[in-house]
Amino acid sequence: MSISAGEVRHVAELARMALSDHEVEELSAQLSRILDHMETLRELPTDDVEPTAHVLPIRNVWRQDTVGESLPPDAALANAPERRGNYFLVPKIVER
Amino acid sequence: MSLCDLTAHELHKLFSSGEASATEIAEAHLERIEAIEQEVRAYVTVTRDRLLEAAAAADKARQSGEVIGPLTGIPMAIKDNIVTQGVKTTCASRILENFIPPYNATVVDRLYNAGGCLVGKANMDEFAMGSSCEHSHFGPTHNPWDTGRVPGGSSGGSAAAVAAGEAVFALGSDTGGSIRQPASFCGVVGMKPTYGRVSRYGLVAFASSLDQIGPFTRDITDCALVLNAICGHDPRDTTSASEPVPDFTESLVPDICGMRLGVPREYFEEGLSKGVREAVNSAIELLAEMGATVEECSLPHTRYALSTYYLIAPAEASSNLARYDGVRYGYRASGARDFVDMYKKTRYEGFGPEVRRRIMLGTYALSAGYYDAYYLKALKVRTLICKDFDNAFDKFDALVTPTAPTVAFSLGEKAADPLSMYLSDICTIPVNLAGLPALSVTCGFNEGMPVGLQLIGPHFAEGTLLRLGYALEQSTDFHRRRPPLTKTQEWDRNMEEAPDNAV
Amino acid sequence: MRYEMVVGLEVHIELSTESKMFCDCSAKFGGEANTHVCPVCLGMPGVLPVPNKKAIDYAMRASLALNCQIAPFTKFDRKNYHYPDMPKDYQISQYDKPIGSNGYVVIRTDKGDRRIGIRRLHMEEDTGKSLHEGVAAGSLLDFNRAGVPLIEIVSEPDIRTAEEARLYLQKIRTIMLYTGVSDVKMEEGSMRCDANISLRPEGSSEFGTLVEIKNMNSFRSVQRALEYEAARQQSVLESGGRIVRETRHWDEGRGVTFSSRSKEEAHDYRYFPDPDLVPLEINQEWVDEVRRALPELPDQRFRRYVEEYNLPAYDARVLVEDLALAGFFDEAVAAGANPKAASNWIMVDLQGLLKGEGKSISEVKIKPSHLTQLIDLIEKATISGKIAKDVLVEVCFTGKDPESVVKEKGLVQITDESALIKAAEEVLAANPGPVEDYRKGKKNAIGFLVGQLMKATRGKANPGLANDILRKLLDGSV
Repeated sequence: MSISAGEVRHVAELARMALSDHEVEELSAQLSRILDHMETLRELPTDDVEPTAHVLPIRNVWRQDTVGESLPPDAALANAPERRGNYFLVPKIVER
Repeated sequence: MSLCDLTAHELHKLFSSGEASATEIAEAHLERIEAIEQEVRAYVTVTRDRLLEAAAAADKARQSGEVIGPLTGIPMAIKDNIVTQGVKTTCASRILENFIPPYNATVVDRLYNAGGCLVGKANMDEFAMGSSCEHSHFGPTHNPWDTGRVPGGSSGGSAAAVAAGEAVFALGSDTGGSIRQPASFCGVVGMKPTYGRVSRYGLVAFASSLDQIGPFTRDITDCALVLNAICGHDPRDTTSASEPVPDFTESLVPDICGMRLGVPREYFEEGLSKGVREAVNSAIELLAEMGATVEECSLPHTRYALSTYYLIAPAEASSNLARYDGVRYGYRASGARDFVDMYKKTRYEGFGPEVRRRIMLGTYALSAGYYDAYYLKALKVRTLICKDFDNAFDKFDALVTPTAPTVAFSLGEKAADPLSMYLSDICTIPVNLAGLPALSVTCGFNEGMPVGLQLIGPHFAEGTLLRLGYALEQSTDFHRRRPPLTKTQEWDRNMEEAPDNAV
Repeated sequence: MRYEMVVGLEVHIELSTESKMFCDCSAKFGGEANTHVCPVCLGMPGVLPVPNKKAIDYAMRASLALNCQIAPFTKFDRKNYHYPDMPKDYQISQYDKPIGSNGYVVIRTDKGDRRIGIRRLHMEEDTGKSLHEGVAAGSLLDFNRAGVPLIEIVSEPDIRTAEEARLYLQKIRTIMLYTGVSDVKMEEGSMRCDANISLRPEGSSEFGTLVEIKNMNSFRSVQRALEYEAARQQSVLESGGRIVRETRHWDEGRGVTFSSRSKEEAHDYRYFPDPDLVPLEINQEWVDEVRRALPELPDQRFRRYVEEYNLPAYDARVLVEDLALAGFFDEAVAAGANPKAASNWIMVDLQGLLKGEGKSISEVKIKPSHLTQLIDLIEKATISGKIAKDVLVEVCFTGKDPESVVKEKGLVQITDESALIKAAEEVLAANPGPVEDYRKGKKNAIGFLVGQLMKATRGKANPGLANDILRKLLDGSV
């Protein structure tokens, strides 16, 4: 299994990660090697096996619909890199 | 011996009888930190003032006749991926370098309520991704037994702090061995409880279906005491179990007669160092001598565990770490053209190379066209690994294995090769995939370095593991040994009260 | 070639719970920026979601109201994509096991009833809001809405006209109002709609290339956007062009859809089961409990009005489509009003008054029992229908009951013959011309005289009685 530089760039786009050309090459080699190791899984027949997403059989956990205390705005915004009044400020968002 | 070299239950005796005040205990630890932290670097943040305040409050409580719990006035370290209100929680990452949480993790609240006094936030591999504590934005932690070696990871700071007497106990987190492997490397007791036993609320997620918080202590009794404080259902964590929590100190009986132990042969294959093999085998013999029945067994899917883990964990991580985007908290790159550019730069500059690598791997494993081949496949193999353990626990009360294939390796030794680093978690990873409890206890020394024995139990059988660990501890003295570093310091400082260097 | 449009709609509805989907912050609309937020809905490191039971019940209720099957096993999944108003940079949603599926609604078009399939209904959480206008430094983010519970209702591509799309949305809205799970206000964003539209030659069973349309803020704009987009696609096809699979935005002001300039990146949401949330197992008992709590739905109510009360279909539909009016009507009937009369009064006079005032039924002071009483007063001939209209206005503004209004204002109909004869004689004396005309055979001259008598009694004369008395006096039979 090898991951091309193009695939690495596509994945980096999905993960919103800037990468230099050098790092693209490096990651393509490293990820290929790691995924080669993963190839051993293919030899196992698993058609009749259910996937395990949770190890404990816990079901139906919820809270009741009651309102609790929210954070004071200053606490909510205390870690904000930038703010304007009680808003978080980010670089201009282009139309989605 | 200094106050820094005692266990929590020993200190509790001194404290409750008035022989040592919490302030004295705290000050002793601050002095120890002053003396050796430069060499060990176990902490990202030392909360000196908080510690002294909390100790003073503990003293006041004792003086006013309040009921004193076993952890009251006891200095503790918390891994820096467990959030502490008002105290920086960085995950050893540039991206959270200045993050001060507005809330406490459930375990932190529980320990505060139990009287524990925070010494500081322990160093770790960035976002708990690593097995050596070298992937920290703040630099590596060093193994107190040999500062040229790694303390293990990712909870290396927690393990080193307890080993070096910079805290009496510590909390770590374990996703693929991140408590047990550093406990093994640093010669302390480390427990990964059953998945769901301890609330994850406030543990900064790495791989949510595998992460679990657990304690580092100097002996089994302390482990039981810390578990008593932190275990139990939490309404803020839907994956936390409502299973009743026993008093774990009741498991501290030195009798293991008739207990059935399995020794899975897959854990003793290639890659296991001779020294580790010998130490583990002699511990197994000891357990047999004490009346346990020991039998070899097989967990046939063990060889698939590493691949399974390195698909599931990065996949979950890629999603869990998406939120570090420079919008609401944490590092934000400057000079971005627009918000997409800001995201990309922030995440590139904010994360270290190992975290970036795993985010990339996980994103790839979940992406369209690969989900079935990788992620779904891994979840199915996970089922097979769980079944292996289920079958084994039909026959055995616990399984015995090495915690890690080697003793602590040298700093830099595996840094260049991610895959060889991943292989150092080979004995611990299957346990997380199955959500089982496992304990690492020191079972010997090799090359002057501690060797860890791993005891694995069925879900919610922490008590069984403690009982085995306690029995072992009663007939060995490994848990009383302290790293030379701490002794030199004591020697220099209190020449006339030089500790007994025996053991 | 004639083309037909094939449309599927995705409707997002905010559930009107007290608290958010996964934390206990208030879900109330409005509030100062970032005052309904906590570590959980801000996506701070270490937090975990805990689902709101009421939101799950509401999603089930909505599913049942849309004739959906409830999944016996369902779970939450993560939909991974980055956007600054989404705190965790993934949205908790449901992927392959939605809570509801395989439902339908029936809409009434000119060509008869049409059944529109509901492919799925699933639960998810809302995002925050971003403000771009008038901020030079960048964009501003408010996370008060982040984490408010949503359901997404995805229709089958069964819609064939823009009109059907509007009717479908109205139907969904009415049903949601009836179930009480949402206030479904498009202007506050508690109901939102995206459309998938493609064109194909009429009669073909193949699907054309799909275009997604976003940013439609009213039923009318959905209809306009679809009409515009169908025409646009048709002209592309007719000029030999090809439709590009893309997302387009509706510009309400210019009345056009436009392609967003930024290059559309392929959507790859990397769904996977959320490891922080345990699955839900919904047994029959739970489904039955929710079903029992389900109120009468619009279609059932429509049938009741037509079949039991014999209301005209048009009237029944108008009432049914306005939950408050229908409720008012039902209460009036329950208090003893004749259904047809009540419906007429509501449809004509009350609606007219409300429209004129620009108010809803809850904003005026009339109670259903007042209408019952008013109709009773007419039936007992205490007041005339004409007077009743004035009484209705008075009741709406003062909240006094009709009987008091009638008494206070002395509006009781004069049914006492002797009192009327005197007034009638005066009218005849004062109007010799029309009297003359009548007697010469112009019998309809009596209309004018009746009008004069009504005027003289300030409308209180019973019109029938007034007619009788005048006729008798004129014919000399008294």
